[in-house]
Amino acid sequence: MKNSRRSFLKLAGISALGLGTKPVLNAFASGGHSEKHEAEIQKNPDALKAKRWAMVIDTRKFESEEDFEPIIEACNKIHNIPKHTNKRHEIYWIWVDEFKHVFINQEHEFVDDRVKHLPFLVLCNHCEKPACVRACPTKATFKREDGIVLMDFHRCIGCRFCMAACPYGSRSFNFRDPRPFIKEENKEFPTRMKGVVEKCNFCAERLAVGKTPACAEASNGAIVVGDLHDPESEVRELLKNNYTIRRKPDLGAGPAIYYIV
Amino acid sequence: MNDKNIIITGLIIFFVFLTFPFWYNMGKASPVPEPKLTDKAKAAKECVEPKEYMKAEHMQILDIWRDGVVREANRVYISETGKKFNMSLSTGDDSCMGCHSNKADFCDKCHDYASVTPYCWDCHIEPPKEKK
Repeated sequence: MKNSRRSFLKLAGISALGLGTKPVLNAFASGGHSEKHEAEIQKNPDALKAKRWAMVIDTRKFESEEDFEPIIEACNKIHNIPKHTNKRHEIYWIWVDEFKHVFINQEHEFVDDRVKHLPFLVLCNHCEKPACVRACPTKATFKREDGIVLMDFHRCIGCRFCMAACPYGSRSFNFRDPRPFIKEENKEFPTRMKGVVEKCNFCAERLAVGKTPACAEASNGAIVVGDLHDPESEVRELLKNNYTIRRKPDLGAGPAIYYIV
Repeated sequence: MNDKNIIITGLIIFFVFLTFPFWYNMGKASPVPEPKLTDKAKAAKECVEPKEYMKAEHMQILDIWRDGVVREANRVYISETGKKFNMSLSTGDDSCMGCHSNKADFCDKCHDYASVTPYCWDCHIEPPKEKK
């Protein structure tokens, strides 16, 4: 092509026109979004609040497996926890285990008979420094300001890093769609889907409307929840007057579930 | 250029083939569906935000609500008119679905038309089907 002043000017003119269209296109692109006022969002005034939620389980008030059933059942029902027949697919939020498995470091050959054979309630410890939160690559698991370690099921991608990180085995993975395995759906709480991890949520949905966690409610006073930072709270009262142990305290995770043995 | 006729015929066939979807579907465009309101929704008159905003941006609201509820435990939404709403998709009578209990006619109609498949109902429990 022969370059001439004429062809150069033509090209320059077209380029200038092209640049000029950008603001016009931007103006079109920004249209269509309707304006909205700055909405106000509040907490429910009835919500139970604490600086640091904690739970004290008085194991002296439990005698046999039957005592735990209503507690576990209450949780399962409220949270739409499926009952899988295949043991490898089971989902647990709260369950029981033996002393030697629950308190690995405290176990010895001559542990007294009551403790040796008593099942212990175990659940997510809502740690001060939760390993699962650090492991989660999507921030689906997070620690709330009041100490509750929660999951945003919407964000969970099912990588199960949190399950590997949790020293208490408190997390379960949905290997299958849980819906067909839920006997009675509680309409007030969502189910989960296949490929999502789940665990105890300290009944955050109940605290938000002013109810205590379901396990505490069903326990006839054997489980007490309260604010660890409030010296007047029932939890602190129990901790002051009883010797309590926690699971694997040497790991430094700072579990918030205390056991009176 | 002895194959001129063959090439032109080929080009015509190609062009017809290329534009087939356009003239085949001409005049068949289905009208934009209008979501149906339940009697309860009609009686309430106002939603959490103006109708036009809800039509265009309800997914934004749902997104903000979801983060607010799950992460901050904020569950009360105060609308422009000062009315308080329970920030929930499907729990309770004053949730989204408590009012818009006709999922098939309210949600699915437009979602099907726009060919979007939100996965809300993989986990959230659908309101029971209306009896007719």
